[in-house]
Amino acid sequence: MTFELSANEEATAVPASGFLAMLRSIWADRLGRIGLILLLLTAVVALLGPLVFPFNPADVGVDSSTILQPPSSAHWLGTDELGRDVFREFLAGARISLFVGIMATLISTIIGAGIGIAAGYFMGPLDTALMSATDFFLVIPALPLMIAMGAIFGQNLLIIILVIGLLSWPRTARIIRSQTLSLRQRQYVSRAKSLGASDARIIRRNVAPHVMQLIVANTILVVAGCILAEATLSFIGLGDPDRISWGSMLHFAFVSGAVGLGAWWYFLPPGLGILVVVLGFTLVGHSFERIANPRLKGH
Amino acid sequence: MPPLLRRFLVLCASIFAILTFNFFLFHIIPGDPIRLIARSQRLSPEQVAKLREAYGLDGSIFTQYWTYLKNLAHGDLGYSFALHENVADVVGRALLNTLILLTVSTTVVVLLGIVIGVFAGSRHGSKSDSATVVTSLVFWSLPTFWVGMLLVFIFGVWFGGLPISGITTPNAEYQNYFQYIADIARHLILPTLTLALVDIAFFVIITRTSLIEVMSEDYMLTARGKGLSRRTMVWKHATRNALLPVVTASVLYISALVAGAIQVEVVFSWPGMGLLTYNSVLARDYPTLEACFLIISVAVLVANFVADLVYRRLDPRVAVA
Repeated sequence: MTFELSANEEATAVPASGFLAMLRSIWADRLGRIGLILLLLTAVVALLGPLVFPFNPADVGVDSSTILQPPSSAHWLGTDELGRDVFREFLAGARISLFVGIMATLISTIIGAGIGIAAGYFMGPLDTALMSATDFFLVIPALPLMIAMGAIFGQNLLIIILVIGLLSWPRTARIIRSQTLSLRQRQYVSRAKSLGASDARIIRRNVAPHVMQLIVANTILVVAGCILAEATLSFIGLGDPDRISWGSMLHFAFVSGAVGLGAWWYFLPPGLGILVVVLGFTLVGHSFERIANPRLKGH
Repeated sequence: MPPLLRRFLVLCASIFAILTFNFFLFHIIPGDPIRLIARSQRLSPEQVAKLREAYGLDGSIFTQYWTYLKNLAHGDLGYSFALHENVADVVGRALLNTLILLTVSTTVVVLLGIVIGVFAGSRHGSKSDSATVVTSLVFWSLPTFWVGMLLVFIFGVWFGGLPISGITTPNAEYQNYFQYIADIARHLILPTLTLALVDIAFFVIITRTSLIEVMSEDYMLTARGKGLSRRTMVWKHATRNALLPVVTASVLYISALVAGAIQVEVVFSWPGMGLLTYNSVLARDYPTLEACFLIISVAVLVANFVADLVYRRLDPRVAVA
């Protein structure tokens, strides 16, 4: 027992209160703080917005005088091509965009981290096979593949989440693999192994805790990519027609000719929304990376 | 095995994997191509039977796969019922237009990105340096298609003057070849500007990081000791060495470039592979969509291979490893 404890000591070197401490150091970083504020803003808009100003997609205008109207006291951000309130639509869209982005990231992280740890820990033929697959998915262009799969499997939220999640993992897998490889060479892993610890136990107690920080840092950056991917897919016309996201708002703004008609109140808010949330995740992710990996400091 | 041969074999294996993947994606999962076509088109039972035979769908999965490979080898990409034309002909025209757009925009993006990156990196820690970094992060966070929409709004609705759609002016009559080229060039301005605004950030960040690293090397101290001017030091000594990681990273950029080009083509109705993909999604024109996916993927694989060759030439250390 005592031997095992000593083998574990190093593994739990990452403090348990890491999350709060990490938030504090991100807050101390100027760009990180801006990122956190942007994310907080988005969270409030997405969570509370639709409760206070619910959006009813069926609430369309009665005649042509109600469509694509500029902002007024009745409609703070004007109306869309069906005469619906853009402000309420924007709030509802925030939820869908965030939801899809975060769910897709979860899927991508689980696959990427799983493959990365398995390849790096077991090495040998398994590593070769997994990394060949990873390199293959790394080079084939993601967006055309997402478009093809979206067009074949249909347009609903679950399909979009799966398509984005199943195609966004290769970079995570690569990063986690190299970290696992280097961890595997450490003494405490071979020590635990010679003490008869099973692979599952070593991965759980000696490897996973150490790659966790890297996984989190990477995940934050992947969310940004997944939200952009959702927006692009929806813009192409592959969004869920029943659940309007910022990307699908821009799709309808584009195909209804709102840009040519100068209906800025329709196509500006969703784009700015995407910018705010993607920038928020990017800034926090980079800040996290700098803190977790001090060698990058100053770069 | 020589590394070059190994690379080439990997390329062949990847292309084969894409072909097989494509076969399952478009021919097996949704049922069969005829069902996809029938989903959007009204076909008589005789037509369906005839198509089934043409696609070799009466046989087993292996015969189907063989027929599929054989058709591809003959350059037969199927028939588009939405466009009433052979897909190979449609794709051929679109591919050329996309190559024009990509050549021009990539040149602009890479050159400007490197220059701005060197400027920022050589002033590491200054106000203009951090301003460049923040601006880059902001632009990199923008959806490309939305930037395109903004430019259409600004230059199409507000100011006017610049073409916002297509590759040439409709019904234009040209006196000579130069006018034709000039017309295409004018149509290229906004799509290129859109791609540049978003994608330059990629090269700025990488060039800057790489330059900062190089500037701290000992040979830079030697250069300073020799009394070289700052400009010679930065542009002649540091930049040359800093460019190597930029070449490596540009492989990662290929995928982003393709994604950006698709969006730009949609927004500006540039008649290339991206617009073709978009239109075939909207029309549920599966044979065309399949060909677009296939051609784009194979092109990207080949581009990666070429980038790797260039990199090996530039850095002999890799060729040995």
